[in-house]
Amino acid sequence: SVSPQAAWCELPSRVLLVLTSQRGVQMYDADGSTMVFWHALDVPDLPAAHSVFARGIAAAGGRFICVGTSFGAVLVFDIPPKGTNVTLSEVLEQHRDPITDIAAEQGQAPDGAGDLVTADDSGTLCLWSSGEEFTLLGKIPGSGCACSSVALWNGIVAAGYGNGQIRLWEAGSGRIRAQLSAHARWIYALDLAPLTGKLLSGAEDSFVHVWQLSRDPDTDDIEVRHCHAECVTDTQVCGARFCDPAGDTFAVTGYDLSEILCYGPA
Amino acid sequence: MSARTLPLLFLNLGGEMLYILDQRLRAQSIPGEKARKGERGAAPSAPGVAEPLAVSPGMAVSPLPVSRCGGAARGVPGHGCVSNQHSCVPLQLYDLMTMAFKYQVLLCPRPRDILLVTFNHLDAIKDFISDSPGILNQVDETFRRLIETYNPLSDGEFQLIRQTLLIFFQDMHIRVSIFLKDKVQNSNGRFVLPISGPVPWGTEVPGLIRIFNHKGVEVKRAEFTTAGNYVTPQREGSFELYGDRVLKLGTNMYSVTRPVETHMSGSSKNLASQAKENIAPNPLAKEELNFLARLLGGLDIQKPAGGDSGFRLNLFTTDEEEEHAAQTRPEELSYKVINIEATQEPARRAELSRILGELDVAEPRPGSAEKGEDLLALMDGL
Repeated sequence: SVSPQAAWCELPSRVLLVLTSQRGVQMYDADGSTMVFWHALDVPDLPAAHSVFARGIAAAGGRFICVGTSFGAVLVFDIPPKGTNVTLSEVLEQHRDPITDIAAEQGQAPDGAGDLVTADDSGTLCLWSSGEEFTLLGKIPGSGCACSSVALWNGIVAAGYGNGQIRLWEAGSGRIRAQLSAHARWIYALDLAPLTGKLLSGAEDSFVHVWQLSRDPDTDDIEVRHCHAECVTDTQVCGARFCDPAGDTFAVTGYDLSEILCYGPA
Repeated sequence: MSARTLPLLFLNLGGEMLYILDQRLRAQSIPGEKARKGERGAAPSAPGVAEPLAVSPGMAVSPLPVSRCGGAARGVPGHGCVSNQHSCVPLQLYDLMTMAFKYQVLLCPRPRDILLVTFNHLDAIKDFISDSPGILNQVDETFRRLIETYNPLSDGEFQLIRQTLLIFFQDMHIRVSIFLKDKVQNSNGRFVLPISGPVPWGTEVPGLIRIFNHKGVEVKRAEFTTAGNYVTPQREGSFELYGDRVLKLGTNMYSVTRPVETHMSGSSKNLASQAKENIAPNPLAKEELNFLARLLGGLDIQKPAGGDSGFRLNLFTTDEEEEHAAQTRPEELSYKVINIEATQEPARRAELSRILGELDVAEPRPGSAEKGEDLLALMDGL
């Protein structure tokens, strides 16, 4: 199997470790000891050369775990407070291209902004409101470049693209609010620190950047400034995550790197 | 995992193999025509080159062959064969091929540029076999199938192909002398990733932040600086059957020593003159064959006046070491001296002739005047 994704999904009642791969989705207890649930991907009628895999994981609405697929569908699983009775509650079919990433609102969503964003290979972003039935609130069409990773905070969608750009979108209106020529290569990872609004980006160009997002309370304009840059010499950064909710420390992984590099304040 | 990765892996590894073969043939000063013949022979069997079928869109989905040669095999430098799914190549050659392609995949500016790397290899292959229309047609057909199958893929699909390839090459850190010399590889085997130079086509030079208001109007610009030193690219490479690929990855890195320009430095001039002089066979090889002929009793040698055509075998690095070892050898380790008579002896010669006569010799090769070649033909017949 290839390149599985792993993510902790924090729900009010429990934390599950979710793994995706070519074959499907697996969910484990927080200590990884028991497999709680397993879903095999339903392979639709596609030409043989098309790849089949699951990609993109997020917990949403305090009750659901959403997983993306290579055929554009987003699987919504309803998670019981305990036990293994996980059910596939819905399949969202708004994307026509393989899902790349899914992110849930990590701060306070403004009214009408939705609490989930899904992204795909064409750069298309969909905004959703989670619930018994998920509602599509808006769609931001792609402009020819894959959106590789996405984050959502206080109604701001932060999207990283294959051409090294980061774009900030207003979740409610779907309008672009900022464009950052952030990296010289494919952006692999975005992470957000919910307490402070710090944004972390890691890319194949060996760089990791820390940005500060904020909103002007008067104009409601979104602000962003560059805080810090790290160059991981001779390494293509594949993963980057904040280690604390304020974003004072972060960890980085890279291709061919068997270590996890941790960065913190001096 | 992308199921489209296998044809690209084959074509690029095959291309690297041909570059290495070409360099080896030139280094051994094999005359031009013979070298070309070797390459024409190798090209069809170079994995994937003459197999247009392998590139058809409906190809069977199959995982990549495991790249690991096995720890034990890898520990034997230069010996043994690595058997992967489709061919058997010596370990060193395989290592060179894979490290070169790993380097190219890693440094591809855009995922889509892997196709340009593949096209560079195919362009070079076509150059090697330019006077063989049959194989050339096959390669052109492969080229067209590649364009048909891969050009329409999206960036995301190419990134998946690239990721699949990188996983295949993961943890391979074999040091390649030409890479170390050119400073593209560190002494720990990891490649140098430059943070300067042209950005990929379609990417902007990092540094600019643009802020828009709720109406979509740009209201502010800010800049940030980093250690990187990037510039805008000149132009995009061509994805057509013919064209300037722009990207240098996938071109023949061994051809730097090719002595094509006579106005270059002295060293390359020597190479050129050597290449001309060495039409004659390697003198060492000739000596070996002569010695073998003498052993078999088939060749009369005029011994140089006063000279002895024998040889002395020294198992140590220097004569001094050999003397020192002889002096320090413990007394209790006694050994017998075995005398081997390698000289001509009438009785032995007769015996050998009888044995030769009994052996079935296949039809002789088309005649050549050289005695050395006759002997080779004789051995082939045996």
